Amino acid sequence: MANPIAWQLATVVAIRDETPSVRSFTLGLPGWPGHRSGQHVDVRLTAEDGYSVERSYSIASEPEREGEVDITVEQIPGGEVSPFLHEVVVVGDRFEVRGPIGGYFVWQAALGGPLLLVAGGSGVVPLMAMIRHRHRAGLEVPTRLLFSSRHADEIIFRDELDELASAEDGFEVIHTLTRSRPSGWSGYDRRIDQRMLGEVLEPLGVGARVYICGPTALVEVAANALVRLGVPPDRVRTERFGPTGT
Amino acid sequence: MTERFVTRGFVGRPNQPGAGDTRDRVPPGQYLTTDFPVLSAGPTPRTSLDSWSFTIEGLVRAPMTWTWPELMALENREWVVDISCVTKWTKLDMRWRGVSVDTLLENVDLEDKAAFVIAYSDGGYTTNLPLGDVLNGQAFVAWEYDGKPLAPEHGGPARLVVPGRYFWKSAKWVRGFRVQERDQPGFWESLGYHNRGDQWLEERYSGD
Repeated sequence: MANPIAWQLATVVAIRDETPSVRSFTLGLPGWPGHRSGQHVDVRLTAEDGYSVERSYSIASEPEREGEVDITVEQIPGGEVSPFLHEVVVVGDRFEVRGPIGGYFVWQAALGGPLLLVAGGSGVVPLMAMIRHRHRAGLEVPTRLLFSSRHADEIIFRDELDELASAEDGFEVIHTLTRSRPSGWSGYDRRIDQRMLGEVLEPLGVGARVYICGPTALVEVAANALVRLGVPPDRVRTERFGPTGT
Repeated sequence: MTERFVTRGFVGRPNQPGAGDTRDRVPPGQYLTTDFPVLSAGPTPRTSLDSWSFTIEGLVRAPMTWTWPELMALENREWVVDISCVTKWTKLDMRWRGVSVDTLLENVDLEDKAAFVIAYSDGGYTTNLPLGDVLNGQAFVAWEYDGKPLAPEHGGPARLVVPGRYFWKSAKWVRGFRVQERDQPGFWESLGYHNRGDQWLEERYSGD
């Protein structure tokens, strides 16, 4: 019997706004055992009266950073935990965390590529851990991120993704916006569909490893389309969140 | 740490749905949801009902296979159960139609050594359950949810449902049981999740 994954006390050491509704929290965890990109943590909050809640959040940071992890959290209106993290938590606050958790939706250098990453909204978070790992480890695995957001100002990690892509080391980001487009927008402007996936997959070929994370509808469309395009189902890994990820 | 650390400023929302009379139906660490989230590790498999079958094999005197019409013809009933997913959501009063695992097992002769069931699915998914966790009305194979055919993303055409365990034990796209003497961890049980998965004991991860 394995030892339980222990709860640790995390200290919030930095908070960063990513978009108007998405915020990253750097959690200092001196006893952090390390993780693989794509894994998540459980967060537990406890009130004075003993009332306690738990939620799972994907880790956004790469494994190369020691003793801390970033979680990137979208505020869900009416939620119980995300509004608390956004509106109440300040640097120096502490709460309980345990992890890393999850052993399938992970990517590390040894798995190789090429890599096709498909994200919808905050589904980009575990994929960002893979992209950051690829960069920090100096890997040149051909990697394309197809990233669907509703509006341009809701694109999470936009500047960092642009900067990583500008290195021209085999990483490319392809955006699509589904609700509104700024003038001069040159990316896709519709929901992810099979034709779009075919175009984005083409330079990588059907031997790509695929990771898809986003709302259920996006994940279903993308995974089914990629299988129809010839990617073997066992090379397509998915992670989904419903509208309840509060 | 054994004592839970009190989070500055956190009060929670004790008035959320689930307070009061339903609170004792929500296992520790879970929150109530009213919709039906989807979680799976890969693409949704598609098998036409013409070629679909359900098989019980392994430690049985003679393996048994049902076609789709044969499964539909078995005695079945409505089940209204509460479901908890390890990702923290709990949904109350989920209404299914399906056949009890007891009914399925009545059609085979289990050998004396039979102790575990490995449920296997289209797409290669597996999950392991002791026989004692699926007998006596504790588990069923469902093909309807909320009065409609079970949607593919929710495991249709048919999935196993084991309400007394976290929902990953309720194998989607189930195609059969392999009955064994020895336990054998399934897909998630091999990837860090708990071997038994009792939500009332909060058996989420290996070692819990």
